[in-house]
Amino acid sequence: MVNRGAAYDGGRIFFNTLDAHTVAVDARSGKELWKVRVGDIQIGELITMAPLVVKGKVLVGNSGGEFGVRGWVAALDAGTGKEAWRGWSTGPDADVKIGPAFRPFYAQDRGKDLGVTSWPPERWRIGGGNVWGWISYDPELDLVFHGTGNPGTWNPEQRPGDNRWTAGIFARRPDTGEAIWFYQWSPHDLYDHDGVNENVLLDLEPEAGGPRRKLIVHPERNGYVYVVDRTTGEVLSADPFVQITTTTGVDLKTGRLREVDAMKPGYGRATRGVCPAAPGAKDWQPSAFSPRTGLLYIPHQNLCQDEQGYEANYIAGTPYVGANVRMYGTPGKTRGELSAWDPLARSKRWTVAEDLPVWSGALATGGDLVFYGTMDGWFKALDVRTGKELWRRQLPSGIIGQPVTYRGPGGKQYVAILSGIGGWPALVAAGLDTRDQGAGGGIANAVRDLPQRTKPGGAVHVFALP
Amino acid sequence: MSSLAAITALLAIAAGPAGGTEPHARPPAALRVCADPNALPYSNARGEGFEIAIARVLARELHRPLELVYLPLRRGFVRNTLGADRCDALMGVPSELERVLATRPYYRSSYVFASRRDRGLEISSLDDPALRRLRIGVELVGDDGANPPAAHALAARGIVDNVVGFTVYGDYREPAPAAAIVRALQRGALDLAIVWGPRAGFFGRRGPPLRIAPVAPRRDGGLPFAFDVSVGVRRGDRALRDALDGALARRHAEIVRILEAYGVPRAPPEPAREEAR
Repeated sequence: MVNRGAAYDGGRIFFNTLDAHTVAVDARSGKELWKVRVGDIQIGELITMAPLVVKGKVLVGNSGGEFGVRGWVAALDAGTGKEAWRGWSTGPDADVKIGPAFRPFYAQDRGKDLGVTSWPPERWRIGGGNVWGWISYDPELDLVFHGTGNPGTWNPEQRPGDNRWTAGIFARRPDTGEAIWFYQWSPHDLYDHDGVNENVLLDLEPEAGGPRRKLIVHPERNGYVYVVDRTTGEVLSADPFVQITTTTGVDLKTGRLREVDAMKPGYGRATRGVCPAAPGAKDWQPSAFSPRTGLLYIPHQNLCQDEQGYEANYIAGTPYVGANVRMYGTPGKTRGELSAWDPLARSKRWTVAEDLPVWSGALATGGDLVFYGTMDGWFKALDVRTGKELWRRQLPSGIIGQPVTYRGPGGKQYVAILSGIGGWPALVAAGLDTRDQGAGGGIANAVRDLPQRTKPGGAVHVFALP
Repeated sequence: MSSLAAITALLAIAAGPAGGTEPHARPPAALRVCADPNALPYSNARGEGFEIAIARVLARELHRPLELVYLPLRRGFVRNTLGADRCDALMGVPSELERVLATRPYYRSSYVFASRRDRGLEISSLDDPALRRLRIGVELVGDDGANPPAAHALAARGIVDNVVGFTVYGDYREPAPAAAIVRALQRGALDLAIVWGPRAGFFGRRGPPLRIAPVAPRRDGGLPFAFDVSVGVRRGDRALRDALDGALARRHAEIVRILEAYGVPRAPPEPAREEAR
């Protein structure tokens, strides 16, 4: 369980609670200004995401797909907490806020009520598509961009169809929530590849000598760095940043991910060498862009998984067998990397190998440093151009937070980071028994050495640059 | 070891074996059992449910007070209960659950076809063609694409459009969240439910009478529909496992009476190994 952060606007701090409330407090005094319930924990609805404040509205989204919680994004008035609009991730167009302004780029995303018809009857009601990741805003285009999570609850064969609008990206108007375009990273997701990773808004010239375009650069769970025209939702390129065996690329004419049949999980069969594994090439840990280098610094993992038959399990008094999943580092690679990706060259300029998956966010500074942290607690600064390590300090616990930088007292530049191992692999640090390779949904095998490398904790550390 | 713990240990040795004629010098340590506070028919915060009833029998047999520790049994429940040392035993776990050390099974049950008796449906096999046109309810756990076996078996047969899912989590404000599927069956919103036996047996006791039949085949696509159920303890805790095995054997008749009182359908033992897969 994590909380991905807070937002500041107009002297107020906004944050979400696990039990589905959004809270506003005065930034100076901490006095609570308002607190509203936006979801229902009694049906498994939680909130872990960091809100974003846009034009006086606090944007929040929910978690809980595995509990059959239908996904949504909502806007609350920053002054009062009153809900202005809510856009659902599945269901009829009116619920999704699809109306006459909706212009998806690809033909497969056009049609009435696809949030109903791309599912068997009524499946969308417990369809997932939760909005638990990052939201970005372009004030010029007046669009917010957010991803949707994977289809929850139903095993894939019980939900044939593309399962819209899960595992994709929406562009919406912040004032009304109306959807302007949508693109689905992973139609009919088979691998637990939520589509909620960060959307980095960049204005670049994707073709040398060609026009500057308004783009989204998005390192996706499914292993590709997508470059998308953020005015239309057209995919300009999708290039792998890890080894991928589940798909062979994106067909740029149709926008569709090309699947590899042999890697698809199926009834009565076990798949091996599935790359990327369920946590993806990169989970929610955010990348960072430096306009000085033109590079996107991507913290990520190299994980594959095997299914080896079944193992008995039990939830809420219900026995079943699930696939016995064992994750492991991609053969020939280290389990983690901090990669410097060139979005115009569409390849890595350099990369730093890490033994453990890099689950922290990255930060690029105007002083040409890139900061990130490791799961065993090393906070590092690299040269943005070469990746040469310039500084490191070991903190008391593993790092999965996002570094932030600011100008503080005396005009000095400070960099702050939380230490405190959390997230999916942290189950292992917290004592998950790694003798069971399939424990923790399979992650136990991939990070079985973690308890020797770090321990649970929670502290904030602030460093001053010289 | 603290001096209090050391004294306790010495006195425990001096007191002799449990059940001996000397009085215990100190009260025996409680048998801590983790249970879901809202999971009828197994358990709830009021101490109801057949798993709690059986836990009381075992604790009494072991001459230990029963301490119930309540936690919703969700993903990660072994880590959050036994692993976190919140308790020492979990009732009602599948005997083959690798993350625990399991006693011998104290019951075996199966997923069942449940329908209202007044409908006259006689479904006993997943291959019955009637399944294609009936409105069928199934339970869902949503564990990254893994679900109870009925959801998989029906999909493998192309039976999709007429299937209605009920998450096992349900609405936690309700007194029995997992009853929703049986209630839907009883009021006619479903023609058939393929549901874990103990739920059908318990929730079906009130309302329109149900016909309950075990799912056949017992295994389909490698997924079992019947499960042995045990008490689970921490791996390595052989002493407690062995003590519970003894208690389960000595109190077997009483445990069977409890299961019958709660309507738990009991399945015959697993057939010979070569037929199992």
